[in-house]
Amino acid sequence: MAPVQVRGEVLSIRRVGDYHALTLVAPGIAEHARPGHFVALAVGGEDTSMLLRRAFSIYRVQERGVYGGTVEIVFAVHGRGTAWLARCRPHDPVDVVGPLGRPFALPREAVTATLVGGGYGAAPLFSLAEQLRRRDCRVDFVLGAATESRLFGALEAKRMSTQVAITTEDGSLGERGRVTDVLPAMMARSGAEVVYACGPMGMLRAVTEIATAYGAHSQCAVEESMACGVGVCMSCVLPVVGDDGRTRMVRSCVEGPVFNGERVRWDAIGTVPPDTVGAPDDAAGGGHRP
Amino acid sequence: MTRMRITDGRPGSTPLPDLDMSTSLAGAELPSPVLTASGCAAAGRELDQFFDVTEIGAVVTKSIMLRPRAGRPTPRMAETPSGMLNSIGLQGPGIDAFLERDLAWLRRRGARAVVSIAGGTVDEYTKLAQRLRHVDGVTAVEVNISCPNVEDRGQVFACDRNAAATVVAAVRRATAPGVPVLAKLSPDVTDIVSIAESVVDAGADGLSMINTLLGMVVDTDTMRPALAGVTGGLSGPAIRPVAVRAVWQVHAALPEVPILGMGGIRTGLDALEFVLAGASAVSVGTVVFHDPAAPLRVAHELQRALGERGFGRFADAVGYAHRPLPPVAEPAAPDHQEAPVEEEA
Repeated sequence: MAPVQVRGEVLSIRRVGDYHALTLVAPGIAEHARPGHFVALAVGGEDTSMLLRRAFSIYRVQERGVYGGTVEIVFAVHGRGTAWLARCRPHDPVDVVGPLGRPFALPREAVTATLVGGGYGAAPLFSLAEQLRRRDCRVDFVLGAATESRLFGALEAKRMSTQVAITTEDGSLGERGRVTDVLPAMMARSGAEVVYACGPMGMLRAVTEIATAYGAHSQCAVEESMACGVGVCMSCVLPVVGDDGRTRMVRSCVEGPVFNGERVRWDAIGTVPPDTVGAPDDAAGGGHRP
Repeated sequence: MTRMRITDGRPGSTPLPDLDMSTSLAGAELPSPVLTASGCAAAGRELDQFFDVTEIGAVVTKSIMLRPRAGRPTPRMAETPSGMLNSIGLQGPGIDAFLERDLAWLRRRGARAVVSIAGGTVDEYTKLAQRLRHVDGVTAVEVNISCPNVEDRGQVFACDRNAAATVVAAVRRATAPGVPVLAKLSPDVTDIVSIAESVVDAGADGLSMINTLLGMVVDTDTMRPALAGVTGGLSGPAIRPVAVRAVWQVHAALPEVPILGMGGIRTGLDALEFVLAGASAVSVGTVVFHDPAAPLRVAHELQRALGERGFGRFADAVGYAHRPLPPVAEPAAPDHQEAPVEEEA
């Protein structure tokens, strides 16, 4: 389904721990959104000096509310763009493009799935859990964050799953540590066949390693910084191995954000591995200006 | 004057004024003077989801090289005030895949294509032009000469009048006679007019200007350069006055040479600035990242702006800001009577 650009309107904005949950009336997007899709928002209003869109994975959608389809996102204030979004009030206009990207692949049959979320990266996992449960999948959650106020969706996860494990780095809730400290035991208990994950790159890398060690598939939604979100700017690339076994720098906005974890060269993110298609033959030949 | 029932699709928008928006860009006849900009539209396919790419003047494709190219490591871009810095490194599929997939799609779609080419040697540019000579659907060739010359210590072609002229002459020779060759100029030079004169003497049919300005951002958290490539190209509305100045200077010196103007165009009035300064067509680039429908929106806004100023033809506005001052003081408000067009009925 092709994405659309709509002039959305803020329906509500609320604090959730250290995060903000923003619901936008955005007709035409909710109807086609699937778990793992994202939206790209223009920030700063009509004459903004902030040109780049901000990409957010979709937390949940409502196809037919009183106000038409709505899309909800969860974000932390990182810079001026997210600070502007946090100041939005009901009825403020926000330009929305979506649904974008390649969503989570859903199993054809009932499988045992473990969903792993880091911080507000957990946001897209709840609509995914719903879809999986509709397919009679067993769903377990592992949610982690630096501290309790940065956990997202712990209660919701409990409601939707067989088992939930919570980790915080400071031990303020759940086990002290990281999601990857508890994931192996969790997978062993459930016999997980697939792991779905969303969060920082380092977490995704570690989750993929654990999943692979257990012979499980991994579906990872990456958080790579984007400029356009629609596939034209080539900013959000990362090295990914294709079906032919060759590495290419692929756009996380259109070929992701969800990747088969085993295909991503996690250790090489931020570089162009020498065996990448089109990598410079030698260091001297590599210097082209944009 | 009759008014056609055309609107730009915005709710409540008034019909677009009836005026001739066609333009001739170095011999390429375009129904609209608004194009995409190289590197900001890929090869048109993604943007076709947001507006009809056949309705704009042409899709200017991302610079293509002979071989596939992986580009630079990330981070590749940083937002700057009213602009952005990028160091993509010309990632692309190479000419073979481009012709087979991207140009073929544009042709099937019925969109006009201005194909941008980039190389590290004169020979690479020549080979690219030769490949394009034998395919249909090339409206014009844009030569991206803001690349380091690997045969000259990495000195950028566009910054040296002889190197720039050599590349342009080679591309002109290798390109089909009916297909215009546009040289894309860098603003990072002491005298852009002398580079313009040099590439025109070498056979350029028109000039695209301007390319990005070399810039840099330091990340104050990591306390390192924000881009993996250290320096990058600055684009967006922040550079617009530099671009308008460059178009003005070159048009004043070479009034017969067609200019494709670009650099931070965000609205129809921004586009009009370039046209009044001497551009026969304009490219909408970085703002596409903000508004993927921008090229068609800007075309409609430009049409309205021209109508409001009494122009009946787009072509009459090209270079209009260069007209001599009247002998006596004129009122500060624009005098519509002066426009070289018929009055509206």
